[in-house]
Amino acid sequence: MKARKIIGKVIYHLFVLAFGFCMIYPVLWMISGSFKDNAQILTGGLSLVPKEVIKTNYATGWRGFSGITFATFFKNSGILTSIATFGTLVSSALVSYSLSRVHFKGRGLWFSCMIATMMLPGQVIMIPSFLIWHKLGLVGTYVPLVLPYFCGQAFFIYQMMQFMKGIPRELDEAAKIDGCSKYGIFGRIIFPLLKPSLITTVIIQFYWKWDDYMGPLLYLNKPQQYPVSIAIKLFADATSTTDYGAMFAMSSLSLIPVFLIFLFFNRYLVQGIGTSGLKG
Amino acid sequence: MNKIKKFFNKDNTVGYVFAFPFIFGFLCFSLIPMFTSFIYSFTDVSLMNMNSDIPFVGLDKYAKLISDNIFRKSLGITLKYVFISVPLKLAFALLVAFLLTRKSKMVTLYRSLYYVPSLVGGSIAVALVWKQIFARRGLINTVLADLSLHTVNWFGDQKLALYPLILMSVWQFGSSMIIFAAGLKEIPQSYYEAAMIDGANGFQRFFKITLPCLSPIVLYNLIMQTISAFMAFTQAFVITAGGPNNGTMMYALYVYNQAFKYNDMGYACAMSWVMLIVMSIITLVIFKTSKMWVFSEADS
Repeated sequence: MKARKIIGKVIYHLFVLAFGFCMIYPVLWMISGSFKDNAQILTGGLSLVPKEVIKTNYATGWRGFSGITFATFFKNSGILTSIATFGTLVSSALVSYSLSRVHFKGRGLWFSCMIATMMLPGQVIMIPSFLIWHKLGLVGTYVPLVLPYFCGQAFFIYQMMQFMKGIPRELDEAAKIDGCSKYGIFGRIIFPLLKPSLITTVIIQFYWKWDDYMGPLLYLNKPQQYPVSIAIKLFADATSTTDYGAMFAMSSLSLIPVFLIFLFFNRYLVQGIGTSGLKG
Repeated sequence: MNKIKKFFNKDNTVGYVFAFPFIFGFLCFSLIPMFTSFIYSFTDVSLMNMNSDIPFVGLDKYAKLISDNIFRKSLGITLKYVFISVPLKLAFALLVAFLLTRKSKMVTLYRSLYYVPSLVGGSIAVALVWKQIFARRGLINTVLADLSLHTVNWFGDQKLALYPLILMSVWQFGSSMIIFAAGLKEIPQSYYEAAMIDGANGFQRFFKITLPCLSPIVLYNLIMQTISAFMAFTQAFVITAGGPNNGTMMYALYVYNQAFKYNDMGYACAMSWVMLIVMSIITLVIFKTSKMWVFSEADS
C-alpha cells in the first residue's frame, strides 16, 4: 500500500512537471533562440541548446532601428506601465471601498455601471475615444494611454470588492467607535488589509500594460515614444530578412520585467483573488 | 467649520468622493464614447471631416454590412474562435487547477509554471515566436519532417490558419486556472471526507462536489473569457495580419482595418455596434441557461 502511494506520487509529480515543461517550452525555445543564428533557428528543430552560442544577438538587437536604441523603448514602457499601474491601484481601491462599504444613494446604479463596463467590448468605444482624443489634440502623447487608468478599472474594482467581503465589518465598527471617520477606516484599516488583492492588481495590471499593443499602436506616432511591444514588432518588420536571433534576444529581454514582478509577488497571487462573493 | 466636517462625513458624500474616479471615467471614457459611436454609425465620419459637417448617411453603413462578404466571414471566424477556444481553455484551466490542489510544497512552483503562458502570452514577443513555430520552415514542420510526415503550411491555408491562434489562446489558460484554484481552496474539506465515507470515488467526488461548488466560478470565467475572446486582436494582427484570404480576419481586426486602414470610421462604428449586440445576446444566453447548471447554496 505504501509503495503504491509513493509510486502514485512520483507519477503525479513527473506528469505535472512534464506537462508544465511543454507549456513553457515555447518561451524556453525563444530564450535559446536568442543565442542562435538564423540558420540554427530555422533548422535546429526542437533543440533548446544552441550548437554554437552566438553572443552578439543582444548587442545587435539593442541597437534598435532608425538610430533609437532599445534603452529608449524600455524606458518608455517603464514610464507608461508604472504610471498606469499606480493609477489603477489607487483609483480601484478607492472605488471598491465606496461600492462595498459605504451606503450612499445611487450605489446600486454605479455598481451596475461598473459591471457593465467590465463586459463592454473595448472595440465599441475605440473609434469615438480615438476621435475625441484627436479633437483634444492629445493623440501622439501619453495622456490617452495613462489617464483612463486613474479612473478605476472595473475588473480590479470587482476583484477588490470580492476580497473586501472577507474583511470583517466588525473592524469598521470598532474603528468607528474609536472615532475614526470613513476616510480613516479606509486609510488605516481597509487599505492595509487589502494588500494581497493590491499585489494581485499590480502583477496583472503590470503585465497587461507592459504587453499592451493596441493602445500605443493607435495613439503614438513617433518612434521616440514607442514602448517595447511596438518596437519589437517594428524591429521584426524593419529588415527584409528578419534577424531572428536579435529579435528573440530583444523579445527575451522584454519579458524580464514581467517575470521579475511575478517572481517577487507570486506567493500572493492565489491569496489575493477573492471568490467568496461569487457563490450564489 | 463643523458643518463642513459633518457634510464630508455623510455617507452620501463619502460614497461619491470615493466613487468619483469611476463615475468620471465611466462618463468620459465609456458612456460618451459609446453614445458617440452609436451616432457616428449613421454618418460618414472620418479623420478629415470630423471638425466640419459630418455627412449623415442614415442606415447606409448597416446596409453595407449585409452585402459585405468579409464582414460575414469575419463574424463566422470570430464565432468559431470563441466557441472552440473558450471551452477548451476553461476545461484545461479547471483540470490543471484540480490537479494542483494536492498538499505539496511543489504546488506553488507548478502553479507558477502553468501561469507563465498567461503571463507572457499577450506579448508581441510570444506572438512572434508563435509565428515562427508554425511558419512553413518553423519548429512544427521541422519536427513533422523529421518524423517523415507531411509538413503543413499552417498560415498558407485559410482553413488551417485559425487553429494556431486558437491553440495560442488555449495555451494561456493560467489566469482562469488561478481563479479556479482560489475557488477550489474554499470548498470545505469536510464535503470530501463525508463523500469518502459514503464510498464515493475520485470521479464521483469531482462531478458531485467539486464541479457544483465551483459552478458560479465557471460561469464567471466563461463570461470573462468569452468577452475577451471576442476582442482578440493582437495575435491576429501580428501573426497573420488577417490572412490568408481573410481566413483569420478576426472581428476586432476588421473593425480596426476599416477605421484606420480604410478610414471608414462610420462603418467601423456600425460594425462595433453589431458586435456589441452579438456579444450581449451570447452573454444573455449564458446567463439564462446558467440557472440550469449553476449551483447556489441557497437551494439544496
